Amino acid sequence: MPQAVVHQHTFANGLTLLAERMEHVRSAALNFLVPAGCAHDPPDQLGIASVISDLITRGAGPRNSRELTLALDTLGLDRDESVGSMHIRFWGATLARNLPAALEIYADILRRPHLPKEEIDAVKALALQDLQSLEDEPRQKVLVELRQRHYPPPLGQDRRGSVASIQGLTIRKIRNQYQRLFSPKGTILSVAGNIDWEPLRNQVGRLFGDWKGDEESALQFGAQPGKRTHIAKDTTQTQIALAYDSVPIGNADYYVAMAAVNVLSGGMSARLFTEVREKRGLCYAIWASYQTFKDRASVLCYAGTTNERAQETLDVTLGELRRLADGIEPEEVERIQAGLKSALIMQEESTSARAGTLASDWYYLGRVRSFDEIEAAINALAPETIVRHLHRCPPRNFTVVTLGPKPLTVPV
Amino acid sequence: MPFHTHNLDNGLKIIGETSPSARSVALGFFVRTGARDEVPAVSGVTHFLEHMVFKGTPRRTALDVNRDFDRIGAHYNAFTSEENTVFYAAVLPEYIPQAVDILADILRPSLRQDDFDMEKNVIIEEIGMYEDQPMWSAYDHAKRAYFANHPLGNSILGTPESIHALTRDQMHAYFQRRYVAPNITVVAAGNFDWQAFVAEIEKHCADWTTGPTGREEIRETAGSGGFEVLTKAKVTQEHVFLISPGPPADSPLRYAADTLALAVGDDSGSRLYWSLVDPGLADSAECSFHDYEGTGSFYTSLSCEPGQTRKNLGIVLDLLRDVRQKGITEEELQQAKSKIGSRVVRSSERPMGRMQAIGMAWTYLHQYRTVDDELKAFDAVTIKNIREVLDRYPLDRVTTLALGPLEKLAPPDH
Repeated sequence: MPQAVVHQHTFANGLTLLAERMEHVRSAALNFLVPAGCAHDPPDQLGIASVISDLITRGAGPRNSRELTLALDTLGLDRDESVGSMHIRFWGATLARNLPAALEIYADILRRPHLPKEEIDAVKALALQDLQSLEDEPRQKVLVELRQRHYPPPLGQDRRGSVASIQGLTIRKIRNQYQRLFSPKGTILSVAGNIDWEPLRNQVGRLFGDWKGDEESALQFGAQPGKRTHIAKDTTQTQIALAYDSVPIGNADYYVAMAAVNVLSGGMSARLFTEVREKRGLCYAIWASYQTFKDRASVLCYAGTTNERAQETLDVTLGELRRLADGIEPEEVERIQAGLKSALIMQEESTSARAGTLASDWYYLGRVRSFDEIEAAINALAPETIVRHLHRCPPRNFTVVTLGPKPLTVPV
Repeated sequence: MPFHTHNLDNGLKIIGETSPSARSVALGFFVRTGARDEVPAVSGVTHFLEHMVFKGTPRRTALDVNRDFDRIGAHYNAFTSEENTVFYAAVLPEYIPQAVDILADILRPSLRQDDFDMEKNVIIEEIGMYEDQPMWSAYDHAKRAYFANHPLGNSILGTPESIHALTRDQMHAYFQRRYVAPNITVVAAGNFDWQAFVAEIEKHCADWTTGPTGREEIRETAGSGGFEVLTKAKVTQEHVFLISPGPPADSPLRYAADTLALAVGDDSGSRLYWSLVDPGLADSAECSFHDYEGTGSFYTSLSCEPGQTRKNLGIVLDLLRDVRQKGITEEELQQAKSKIGSRVVRSSERPMGRMQAIGMAWTYLHQYRTVDDELKAFDAVTIKNIREVLDRYPLDRVTTLALGPLEKLAPPDH
């Protein structure tokens, strides 16, 4: 397969631009990662990143809130501003010919937002409702609680904050936090689609080259709470979520660690789906997934099941995790390889997926991995190397959170 | 892009759009059967059968099915709606023969009793999962309220009671009646060779039984017009659906209806957004258009703090009446068209998106629609077309259902 050319340029102020040209598409996607995620929310201002991510599009540069939305809509831009632990992400996708005009507007949003005082009550009201809505989404709720207990603060804190912290936010605090964290240093802009590199780089240089800002803010970690807990709630199903440590991307064991997660949960013939759902009919949804930060990573597992069958679901799931290091079949590895390879190739058909990967590779690794590099790593997977990794880094010290009418017993 | 069709002697339809620049191919088996084709005694059978299709054949156990798909790195799944059951897989081009072999094989499932009994548990779990999601629950109840005795109100999942009572033989009878060759369209999009693909399908599907492909009660409905409150003390926010009538899937007005729904209730920059979400009165307020065989409907929804519900409902009803009376502005029309155009283009860039689009167009219209045909049709929508939709399908003629902690909710004065 012809190698996609990935362009990269880091401007003097620290902003990195990445781009991949995809000739067979008419669209383009853009993706800004600004290092202002909710892990940076001060303890008494939890939820401030979410509030900024909403307020920041309510007027910027020469446009007020309505004019800004109208301008982006007229470009056919679908967009999303989302808050992760480390970053606020600005995603947008539209026809490639409209991308330059969209970038002009994003320069206003990132650099010249009005953060209007008169909109703050509305934004806070929405943030409070977002917090309340979580109570109506038990599947999300249990994962929020899991991350808060598994990761050391402030890494596990949730973007939604708390009622008290949101009520206490003022326009001054919001503008201060914006000033402190919105900076070209550590900000990544990635673009994928039917674009031309030279004009893109020139335009981004013109729009962002003179942007100045503070050094990236470092996080101080507290102790990992690592608790087991049950949240009592009168629901039809019991939600089960558990987590254990893995190795981060960039670690020599990264690909074998990913493969181990795929033995559990890659495809419908993977072990958790087969043992818990297919053979025993204990649940509808069950999965395990890998989540990485720069310096640490975890495997998160989830199952939702009727209350009477919840204990058995937890027992069978933990049994599968513990049995993992006992051995892996060559056939399982072949299936994982096929799945990873086809995902790798199909990703090349999506501008959004490519833009996302460019940015995350750059953030975690400081470079963009080539197709060949990833394919070679997939080809090199073997049962022995995965098992050796699992002996070095076995699933253990589980953080377990359950939500439902009755607590479960976690075997020692 | 080249488009091809072929019919087998037993009535099975095959269509495909080849795109040599794609890296993969998406395959789908569209069975024209859904919850609307069920009688009350077998409520939920279509969706349960969709699960049972993955439980194996004389050649494959359930585990074999999953393993064989995973072995070729397929991205595969299935879904059941009111009118269709679709089984699909995206694979790399070299795995097309294996993918066809699996999909065609599982479409003739064994429906073994022990698998049936085990899978019942999974279905009950799925019902439980949705029951814990109030927005979804509100949608399901609102649809029932709106469609009343029209079969489109049938629940897709069924109830724990209807699933418990269902027998393997009832499911088998339903399968034999609905999964006949003329009721199925095989769809492919992406990088594949048409002739070779047809030969593969012929090899596996030529002996499928033929039969009639009926569907009853294909008729328009304007909805019951009711106002219902379902009290669920354990729910936090109030979740409301307002359903009003719209044009059917084969109506030329469907493009205008889609555009109208986007202007009224896209998740950002729409009338509902500015009236309810932007000022922080509701955490979501949206409108979308769904078309079916014979009828269509607009679904307007919101969720908010329970105490705000009556006030917000008043705002929504005023807004819908205002739109019905005065239509939308030229600026709103252009804004909606820009968004739709970009979405149509982007969803067409992946074989899975194209496969779904051409499969649905063929199922409902027996027509091939290129991406540019679709773009042109949306581009041609005028204020006059929007007016026509609003005159024939009054947007404020709503059936309302609220689900949440409220014990009482008086309909707003309107």
